[in-house]
Amino acid sequence: MAKLNMVKALNLALLQEMERDEDIVVIGEDVGVDGGVFRVTEDLHRKFGGKRVIDSPLAEAAIVGTSIGMALYGLKPVCEIQFSGFSFQGFHQIENHAARYRMRSQGRFHCQMVVRMPYGGGVRALEHHSESEEQFYAHIPGLKMVIPSGPRNARALLVSAIRDPDPVVFFEAKGLYHAAREDVPDEIETLPIGRAHVVREGADLTVISYGAMLRVAREAAETLAAENGVECEVIDVLTLSPLDRETLVASVRKTGRAVIVHEAPRSFGPGAEIATSIMEGAFLSLEAPIRRVTAGDVPFVGFARERANVPDVARVLAAARDTLAY
Amino acid sequence: MAQKKQALNIDADLARRLLGEMMLIRRFEEKAAEAYALGKIGGFLHLYIGEEAVGVGATSVLRPDDYAISAYRDHGHCLAKGADPRRAMAELFGRRDGLCKGKGGSMHLFDKTVNFLGGHAIVGAHLPLAAGVAFAIKYQGGDQVIVCYFGDGAVHQGEFHEAMNLSALWKLPVIWICENNRYAMGTSVERALAQPEIWRFGLTYGLPSERVDGMDVLAVREVVSRAVERARREKVPSLIEADTYRFRGHSMRDPAGAIYRTKEEVEREKQRDPIVLFRDRVLEAELLAEADVRALEKDVNDRIDDAVTFADASPEPPVEWLLTDVYKEDAEGV
Ligand SMILES: Cc1ncc(C[n+]2csc(CCOP(=O)(O)OP(=O)(O)O)c2C)c(N)n1
Ligand SMILES: [Mg+2]
Repeated sequence: MAKLNMVKALNLALLQEMERDEDIVVIGEDVGVDGGVFRVTEDLHRKFGGKRVIDSPLAEAAIVGTSIGMALYGLKPVCEIQFSGFSFQGFHQIENHAARYRMRSQGRFHCQMVVRMPYGGGVRALEHHSESEEQFYAHIPGLKMVIPSGPRNARALLVSAIRDPDPVVFFEAKGLYHAAREDVPDEIETLPIGRAHVVREGADLTVISYGAMLRVAREAAETLAAENGVECEVIDVLTLSPLDRETLVASVRKTGRAVIVHEAPRSFGPGAEIATSIMEGAFLSLEAPIRRVTAGDVPFVGFARERANVPDVARVLAAARDTLAY
Repeated sequence: MAQKKQALNIDADLARRLLGEMMLIRRFEEKAAEAYALGKIGGFLHLYIGEEAVGVGATSVLRPDDYAISAYRDHGHCLAKGADPRRAMAELFGRRDGLCKGKGGSMHLFDKTVNFLGGHAIVGAHLPLAAGVAFAIKYQGGDQVIVCYFGDGAVHQGEFHEAMNLSALWKLPVIWICENNRYAMGTSVERALAQPEIWRFGLTYGLPSERVDGMDVLAVREVVSRAVERARREKVPSLIEADTYRFRGHSMRDPAGAIYRTKEEVEREKQRDPIVLFRDRVLEAELLAEADVRALEKDVNDRIDDAVTFADASPEPPVEWLLTDVYKEDAEGV
């Protein structure tokens, strides 16, 4: 057991899985000799050498595309895109090939691969360096879309993603990389992909979030308990796709109310799918319209206005109180 | 002495202009680095220090109505094209009087008044845009050109090759300037390109292509001037590889840059400082006197101090601006 931040926890997952399975390779821009912009692949090159930890040219389509080829042959590539905002240079490879190979070949070929990328705000940079665009990936059939919320579940989910027989897009919140340290067990842990996690139980209101916004949701829940005597149930989605509708619906059947918090822009975002799923499964239990607290429908503006764009505790509280008063 | 003056083949005014512009960009960025350390600038800040001769030399042979477009290391290109340093600094600070209302920042400077079509953070992605601008110029019968700056890292991307081919195929008035500072973040050219002589890629696509000492502002000027003439008169694009070096880290978050290059290498390259080299040459040729250089220095320092004061005094953009400029606000249904 060691106290690790998310960077170190992810690094541990890669290290242990690579020790266990020689077919796992890591590929990306400056992931090798340099150890990665955010240091997630630090020391892997030293331990496993350039054959397994591959510095690629600055070419996302090639990174993802060659990873797909490797996977078709039987390797298990874990590729890194430096920021999720750059992933669109390789998006067509993910969308056209990785996600479709199983179905296209009627199950004869598949892509066991992970595409890791940092996403979200917190570094005071603009646009591609701060955006949350999980909705693009969550929308693609054949892909899995995972977003951990802390060191321990990040480590466990990355191991699961590497072992998953289908392609997984794995988002890592930049704001969480160094935010907190958690006890992470030495022995390898996994967490089931496709399963949400109830992180706080309560009977009055369900607050649903993931990634860096989970902390905001939890803080709002604690404030509501302290100031209003309201007990929130807080759900960490963890896997956006396939979405664990069962857990979400069961919670709202109990509470009758839901607030969804995400950093992605509002329209056609994950909140829309989550809200509809709840409506379909818990319609008769709903006591109030489901509320969304999200970033604006706007490209992520520069740092001066970042705070106004990304949901914070005050905005979650306002939405929660609205819902409760309905 | 007369002989030396002739060897430089420029007059005192031009010498003053070239030196002054390089010094202005250098000072601007030194001050920006200070502001970054103080937390006044957020996100990422990529300094052009060491590479000033490329942007200044190239822009010096353009007309004001010509265009320039760049990647994210864009302060130098934007200032060289004529942007107001005060508004550029305010943009870096994220203030409302910035070139982009403080909503963009260092990587995405735009200035329509000087035909600067912006910095672009996606490596390689702005090259096809430059081809498109050149297409439009030609389509409308104009005789302007566009200069497109990009790093060696862009050459790894498919879009570089797509744009080279297309510009040659369609005969577009674009000048491709690759600022080869030998590294894309921590990856050297040799570790990323199977064929590391970048200018040769142009030959593959049938473009006039050459390499130039990017630390020599006059050499850059000469090479770009030929390319501009070809583009303007014959609609022939060119690829120029400028051999240059960034003295600082990739960004302010990589200040030492020590992992992928040695201190000795950095120190050796600093001996090629384009500003020092050019200053010494014009002094030696007696185009300018020491006193002229000191006066230039003072003028540059004053202008940049003024830019910082201006940026400091400008307020942050109001919260309501968060959602503006996404669509044309008063657009009727078409
Ligand atoms: C498509 C894309 N991939 C990755 C990045 C991250 N990144 C930013 S700059 C850079 C290196 C670019 O090097 P180069 O083109 O040589 O320009 P230089 O920084 O040397 O000026 C990388 C990898 C990016 N901005 N865009
Ligand atoms: Mg470079």
